[in-house]
Amino acid sequence: MAIVKTERHPEMPPPVTTTGVIGWLRQNLFSSWFNTILTVVAAYVAYKALYAFIDFTIISANFAGTTRDDCTLDGACWVFIKQRFGQVMYGFYPEAERWRINVGYVLGAIGLFLVLSNYVKNKKWPALYLFVIYPIICYFLFFGGFGLEVVETSQWGGLFLTLVLASVSIFVALPLGIILALGRRSEMPVVRMVCVGFIELIRAVPLISVLFMASVMLPLFLPEGQNFDKLIRALVGMSLFSAAYMAEVVRGGLQALPKGQTEAAMSLGLGYWQTMWLIILPQALKISIPSIVNTFIGLFKDTTLVLIIGLFDLLSVVKAGTQDKNWLGLATEGYVFVAIVFWVFCFGMSRYSIWLENKLHTGHKR
Amino acid sequence: MTADVPGMSEGAKVSPFRDPKIRALFFQVLVIVTFLAFVYYIADNTITNLEKRGIASGFDFLSQNSGFDIGIVLLVDYNAQTSTHGDVLLIGIINTLAVSLSGIVLATIIGFVFGVLRLSNNWIVNRIAYVYIEVVRNIPLLVQLLFWYLAVLLELPKVRDSVKLGDSVAINNRGFYFPSIVPDSGFWLIPTAFVLGIIATVFVSKWAHKRQDETGQQFPVFTTGLALIIGLPVLAALVSGIPFALEYPSMGRFNIAGGWVIKPEFMALFLGLSIYTGGFIAEIVRSGINAVSHGQTEAANSLGIKPSVTMRLIIIPQALRVIIPPLTSQFLNLTKNSSLATAIGYSEIVAIFAGTSLNQTGQAIEIIALTMLFYLTISLIISVFMNWYNKRIALVER
Repeated sequence: MAIVKTERHPEMPPPVTTTGVIGWLRQNLFSSWFNTILTVVAAYVAYKALYAFIDFTIISANFAGTTRDDCTLDGACWVFIKQRFGQVMYGFYPEAERWRINVGYVLGAIGLFLVLSNYVKNKKWPALYLFVIYPIICYFLFFGGFGLEVVETSQWGGLFLTLVLASVSIFVALPLGIILALGRRSEMPVVRMVCVGFIELIRAVPLISVLFMASVMLPLFLPEGQNFDKLIRALVGMSLFSAAYMAEVVRGGLQALPKGQTEAAMSLGLGYWQTMWLIILPQALKISIPSIVNTFIGLFKDTTLVLIIGLFDLLSVVKAGTQDKNWLGLATEGYVFVAIVFWVFCFGMSRYSIWLENKLHTGHKR
Repeated sequence: MTADVPGMSEGAKVSPFRDPKIRALFFQVLVIVTFLAFVYYIADNTITNLEKRGIASGFDFLSQNSGFDIGIVLLVDYNAQTSTHGDVLLIGIINTLAVSLSGIVLATIIGFVFGVLRLSNNWIVNRIAYVYIEVVRNIPLLVQLLFWYLAVLLELPKVRDSVKLGDSVAINNRGFYFPSIVPDSGFWLIPTAFVLGIIATVFVSKWAHKRQDETGQQFPVFTTGLALIIGLPVLAALVSGIPFALEYPSMGRFNIAGGWVIKPEFMALFLGLSIYTGGFIAEIVRSGINAVSHGQTEAANSLGIKPSVTMRLIIIPQALRVIIPPLTSQFLNLTKNSSLATAIGYSEIVAIFAGTSLNQTGQAIEIIALTMLFYLTISLIISVFMNWYNKRIALVER
């Protein structure tokens, strides 16, 4: 009589305690007595903090009304932001002209979508539009000309100014940074020294001192009578500052490329600029995209520093609002609002960079 | 570009414009000439402008009387009537260093704690750390500083309604009050004992290392060191009959008098910088620990080493190699970011020297140059120190 089973025993499902919700809970929350205590304490803290935040911003908050008297002050008083929303978005830009900014946003959004998204394969024309044509359109649209009323930059402000500062500085910093990075790796000692000097000097000092320098010393450096307005001075400071950081990011990308790439290009008879433009830079920039986005996030956050040299960006407008005597005591609401706006932008960008990194990696990742 | 391109070697006749060596030389001369012309243009304009405004150049202003009050003065005496702009510079430097050093310590602690929590197996703990990191990293530091200062610390109760912990600690919107130590004669024993404790700990740890190398026996260095560093000063205090008195902050009519106070400006900057930088350090620590191969943990487990010891003696030392270089940049960032104090009225170098002194004297060039020189020096010192440390812990290969 055969006691050995001839057919294979059907595979059993794993024990109930290791699968599904219960298994997940056991593994992730209650794996040991210490972990259980940690879970209970952490859950309590998280619940308290989350509840307090939601209660403050939504449940007990006031949304309706027009004056401070409409605030019950149990939670946030968003009436304050609502009343000043126009200023928060556009600064002192004349109300009748605000459509120009909105048009600019729409045109920019279209350009960004075309360049960044997956749907358009050939990026040549969208890139040309976004980096060459769009800035020219924006200049006339925002500043004036061609029959549009001129709006002085002193009237620019709010989120609009924040976006202008960030996008113009990155627009200048990226090419300048690439040139500096190439210069730093150049075999010509003089060029290398000038680039290293610039990069290291700027990176060693705080942005504020660069902004101070731009706002106090730029007028001294220029011939008498020539005077830039405040915004341009801030832009010069921010662009130079971010160019130094961008240069280091690009240098990292350049260093990551094996030397064989340059040698191969040279052996094919390509000149320096052809090698760089066609072979090296495309690869180096692709490697450094996450760091470039990170630098841009840093730059975007740093635009708030123009508050110190007296420009009215998003933060300054809200800060000025909290000091209005009709709205005293609403500092928390103001800063929480600014924090949420910046968080949405920065977090969105960092997610995008992660997505892009995954999309672009061509299988060389370890 | 290297000069030895095939076809352009010595034998071949090449037009001088296509010779890389000559081109490089030409290009460099061009860069030098442009650079010098640029410097000359700026210097010329600046001199003309300064002459027109009647501002004398030079550093004489440093010995001129400053004539303004400074909110927070540490360690030195300052008086608006007698002190000079040189003193202002000194106070600015001291205040910057004070907030940067204390911020670096707290930020490192926060960063390591959240970096490790971020790797916890416990889902909730892990998520809390993730939310902390993503929130603080994605909100501008200046917003956070203003929030801490204007929305939290200045909204604390007024002096009359101070939050008190017994007699010793009082918290209100003018600061955090603690008892201060008033030394009697013989107080010098305590700091001396403290220094002796540190020196003794260094020796004990060296001796313990040597003994472990020779005999394999371990010695509880950490507890011994702790006992020495804390115990010796306590012992000294007891032996010499407690040579100091505590001065408690006491409620005056308008303000709290006596005791030791941390002003809200310092507190806001300290908290803001540490919490913000802590978020970045946490990510650095996390990626550093992740960079250590999991096989190391498994090997340690299979040897029967306790998890806490595995972390301390096997994982962290290897992770440090990845962590130290970016950590250095964070320390530098924190120091540079202390300049944001300008916005909340903490008296550091940019606020009082590059701000008030500059406005009063108009010596823009000298003042900005000195300020930048200060930051350059700090950056250099921190990087030299961290590079030394980095080299010390780096993996020694054959």
